[in-house]
Amino acid sequence: MTVDDRTGADARGRDVAAEPEKPEGPISAAILASGVGALGLGVLTTLAEASTAVKDWLQWNDRVGPLSGKTILAVIVWLVAWAVLHVALRRTRYETTRALVIALILIGLGVLGTFPTFFQLFAAE
Amino acid sequence: MSFTNHEWWALIHGMVLGAAFLLAFAGGLADLYGLRPVLITDPGIAERMRRLKIGVTAMAVAAWLTVLTGTWIVYPWYREMTPDSPRSKLLADPDTADWHTFGMEWKEHIAWLSPILATAVAFIVLYYGTGLIRHNRVRRTAMVLFVLAFGFAAVAGLFGAFITKIAPVQ
Repeated sequence: MTVDDRTGADARGRDVAAEPEKPEGPISAAILASGVGALGLGVLTTLAEASTAVKDWLQWNDRVGPLSGKTILAVIVWLVAWAVLHVALRRTRYETTRALVIALILIGLGVLGTFPTFFQLFAAE
Repeated sequence: MSFTNHEWWALIHGMVLGAAFLLAFAGGLADLYGLRPVLITDPGIAERMRRLKIGVTAMAVAAWLTVLTGTWIVYPWYREMTPDSPRSKLLADPDTADWHTFGMEWKEHIAWLSPILATAVAFIVLYYGTGLIRHNRVRRTAMVLFVLAFGFAAVAGLFGAFITKIAPVQ
């Protein structure tokens, strides 16, 4: 069977992937939320390094240490952001390319925040 | 020829789940890349989509299990405040201290980005389904996130392997 790479239709004009069109909004919400979650982890990591009080507060489990609070909070931030963005964008045509660009910037900042050479610059005395 | 309980968990965390993650990534990426009208037939769509959904879901599950076992089971043994814990051994020698202050410090954080991104990709595939065939833009976006999820896991995995080589959890 030959299929048009551009339209997705075969020689008889059938759509090989005939499914109702879904809005891109929920996809964009998931992408943006992952960026927010990454940024959250980066911010928490740097804050914990900069402040002993924050580091102590994030020690939700003594065996795991501050990593317990950082990761649990980052996951909560990610899930809340996803829920809020999903509700806000679920019926929209919010383009995934724009969401990806924003998410990549947020992920980049998140990675920077978790990079030891960076966050150790803020180490509490 | 035997392993301690700690070594078993380190193996499950690094090798069993790591291998599952790698397999799921390879399969998922190949299927995402090949999800183009010119490469698939009508009968092939259902099979391809089923495989893709299993692949991306498996990768997300493997990523979550890896970070959860790593953070909550293996990491506490690594950081025990005893002279013979891996962390203490690394910090005791200036030649190996960077494996903790840089390697472990980065690994323990960046690893958590992988399941978040893998879950986003799994959602995109499960939600959009065959719409990915029509919309190259969305498919490519999913591929970028998928590769990023793998890249972050690879950084964490590599540091984990190196640190285990120098100061294993026993």
